[in-house]
Amino acid sequence: MAGNFLYFTELLNLPVYDLKHRRIGRVRDAALVPLVHQSRVDRFLVGAGSSWLSIRFDQISGISLEGIQLSDEKLFPYHSDEYMLRMGRDLLDQQIIDVNGRKVVRVNDVTLEIQRTSEFDQLYVMEVDIGLRSVVRRLLQGAVPRKLIRTLQQPIAINSIRWEFCNIVEADPQRRLRLNISHDKLELMHPADLADIVEELGPAEREAIFETIDSEVAADTLSEMDSKTQASILESLEPEVAADIVEEMARDEAADVLGELEEETSNEILEEMEQADKTEVTELLEFEEDTAGGLMNTEYASLPEHATVTDAIVMLRENEELLENLNLILLVDGQGRLTGAVHLARLFLAAGEITLKSLAQDPLIKAHVDMTQDRVTELFDKYNIFTLPVVDGAGMLSGVITADDIISVLRQK
Amino acid sequence: MAQLLKRLRYHIAVFFAVIGPGFITAVVDNDSGGIVTYSQAGARWGYLPLWTLLPITVVLIITQEMCSRMGAVTEKGLSDLIREEYGLRVTFVMMTVLVLANVTNVMAEFAGIASSLELFHVSRFVSVPVCAVAVWFLAVKGNYRSVEKIFLFACVVYITYVVSGFLVKPDWKTAAIDTVKPVLMLDASYINMLIGMVGTTIAPWMQFYLQAAVVEKGITAKAYAESRIEVIVGCLLTSVIAFFIIVSCAGAIWSVHPRDINDGKEAALGLEPFGQYAVLLFAAGLFNASIFAASILPLSTAYSVCEGMGFESGVNKTFREAPVFYWLYTLLIAVGAGVILLPNFPLFKMILWSQVLNGVLLPFVLIFMILLVNNKRLMNEWTNSRPANAIAWLTVIVMIGLTLALVGTSIQGMG
Repeated sequence: MAGNFLYFTELLNLPVYDLKHRRIGRVRDAALVPLVHQSRVDRFLVGAGSSWLSIRFDQISGISLEGIQLSDEKLFPYHSDEYMLRMGRDLLDQQIIDVNGRKVVRVNDVTLEIQRTSEFDQLYVMEVDIGLRSVVRRLLQGAVPRKLIRTLQQPIAINSIRWEFCNIVEADPQRRLRLNISHDKLELMHPADLADIVEELGPAEREAIFETIDSEVAADTLSEMDSKTQASILESLEPEVAADIVEEMARDEAADVLGELEEETSNEILEEMEQADKTEVTELLEFEEDTAGGLMNTEYASLPEHATVTDAIVMLRENEELLENLNLILLVDGQGRLTGAVHLARLFLAAGEITLKSLAQDPLIKAHVDMTQDRVTELFDKYNIFTLPVVDGAGMLSGVITADDIISVLRQK
Repeated sequence: MAQLLKRLRYHIAVFFAVIGPGFITAVVDNDSGGIVTYSQAGARWGYLPLWTLLPITVVLIITQEMCSRMGAVTEKGLSDLIREEYGLRVTFVMMTVLVLANVTNVMAEFAGIASSLELFHVSRFVSVPVCAVAVWFLAVKGNYRSVEKIFLFACVVYITYVVSGFLVKPDWKTAAIDTVKPVLMLDASYINMLIGMVGTTIAPWMQFYLQAAVVEKGITAKAYAESRIEVIVGCLLTSVIAFFIIVSCAGAIWSVHPRDINDGKEAALGLEPFGQYAVLLFAAGLFNASIFAASILPLSTAYSVCEGMGFESGVNKTFREAPVFYWLYTLLIAVGAGVILLPNFPLFKMILWSQVLNGVLLPFVLIFMILLVNNKRLMNEWTNSRPANAIAWLTVIVMIGLTLALVGTSIQGMG
């Protein structure tokens, strides 16, 4: 016996012998029952005559390249496969996600580990094989003896993914439950990587992923995609699910993506959103896409102009979620008109009792909601700024544009 | 009314957003091999072959429409689907034949580049290497959107054929009559010509390219209605250009003295009596078609193979990440361009071989396409309707018959 592993393509068509060492048939497929065990091969489907038998793992006493030896006479015909992940049918040739390597791969073969006990031999899924070595092995299998193939493939580098880093994508929710498939592992990836992966998948798989992963991860992932893909994903989801995701997105991005949708769909999604989020997003939707109003975000830090450095620090402690990407504190007068802007870094150098007004940048650089996208970009370039406050006709603070918005605009050109 | 206008505007906007895949595929179809075939048909038989363009257009539309529909609904390439449904071995055999057929197709494109630029007095030892390097960089360093724009512009250059068609002042009345009047003759070379016309118009690689391009463009089932129009318009355009090529050669060569021509250069030179412009326009058209197809074929082949076999692919990956993809792409161009520079390379024989391989591959590709497009699990409500299936199968059977005949005659030609 060569080694303690077996490739799935070697297992296929392996002869199966009963207690009296009579050949009863050949292996046609093998299946995991993930609800019971995530990696143990639980069932062997054996073609005997015109029908298939289903043989359980504990009915087998020996597995080798020569064949499978049974230890039990009571065999059952194969009928239902509701709880089975059939390796030949459901895994081979299909696309899976390599969580560790952050890419979509196609399964060429599966490496199984043989664990031997005194009673029986068991197979465990160890790795999923991709790359040239498994292609060669599979093309030759059946035409050349199994042992010779093992020798022939030696010089080619192994290209495999450990089973625990594989994520199967199942579009049917019923089957997903029965097969105990979750997409939890995907949540550990960087949203930008996940976005690349999701874009490679078909529409049904894409929908399945967005329906099951955490809505915050889904929102971050969606933000990394181009607007056309965003729209087609949101349209495919139930409005409640879509609304949960949109609520988690930055306001300006939420407005952009809803603006991309057909009116009917975007209204359905807005209906399902929390009142506060809905109002803010609806306001942003009013602006033309390529103006400062369309670019801006309504999440910013603002304080009355007479506030002190201490007030600012208290405010930031209370609104921790703002800290990411924040570099300006905006000052407004009693009516909400923008009067100044203070660089965050200034707070570190100033004493607590100093008023923010005295720290404000001079001159105050701001944009009007109707300013064109090109003008806004020019301002960023000319003044080397990261955040640009936006005001409406009455000088009231409406939102801010951040450098990442500008990068997206430039990338789209 | 306002509502109606708004809807109309929406559809027009979507139409322009989906333009690309169908146009490009259909127009690349008139590559250097196609132009030679059409020129030959016109020079030898005059206006007679024009009637074949109508049935060819129908068949072209039927096959292209199925591919783009599969692309839009499944958002997967044809080789992906074949792999998923029919396994690795079938995919491997198909991809091997596809590579072999396409490498000879690429040779034909570079031969077209060489002979067209020679009419502009550029040596092939300059034109072929320069174009090969340019083609390689265009795909590897350019991004898809800008490359697509260049390609769409190249589609416009085909107008040169229409202009040269008018310059030779053909007999429009005969042309019009022959377009709608089928003529069958039991003459071996006439039948060969008919088969050749069908064979060059519907090639296996197109099905792979079109479906992949639809997926790449991000066209979904929702925008499919507009995408279908684009595909159909593209197919019509192919036939219009073919019409003008045949008419040019019929008017310029056949009407003076019917004869056989062997390459595009000879066809262009046949237009000489009608002025230097006619020749140069024809040559420019040939160059455009050849370099256009030379840019698309190797890339499309590399994509199909890598996707089907599960190797990393894509020009946004590095050489280290997707070695098979880059090697295949580079080799296709290097071999395709390199052999043109060999003094005694049997190019004509290779092109016949490529027709045989294409002919062997096409029936399988078409049968897989019909089976896949009727797979409810993949296509949901987008499967073929009963009449569509009847027409599609009929098309497949006719195509199989014709390509078998083509294979037969090509093998005879080699003997």
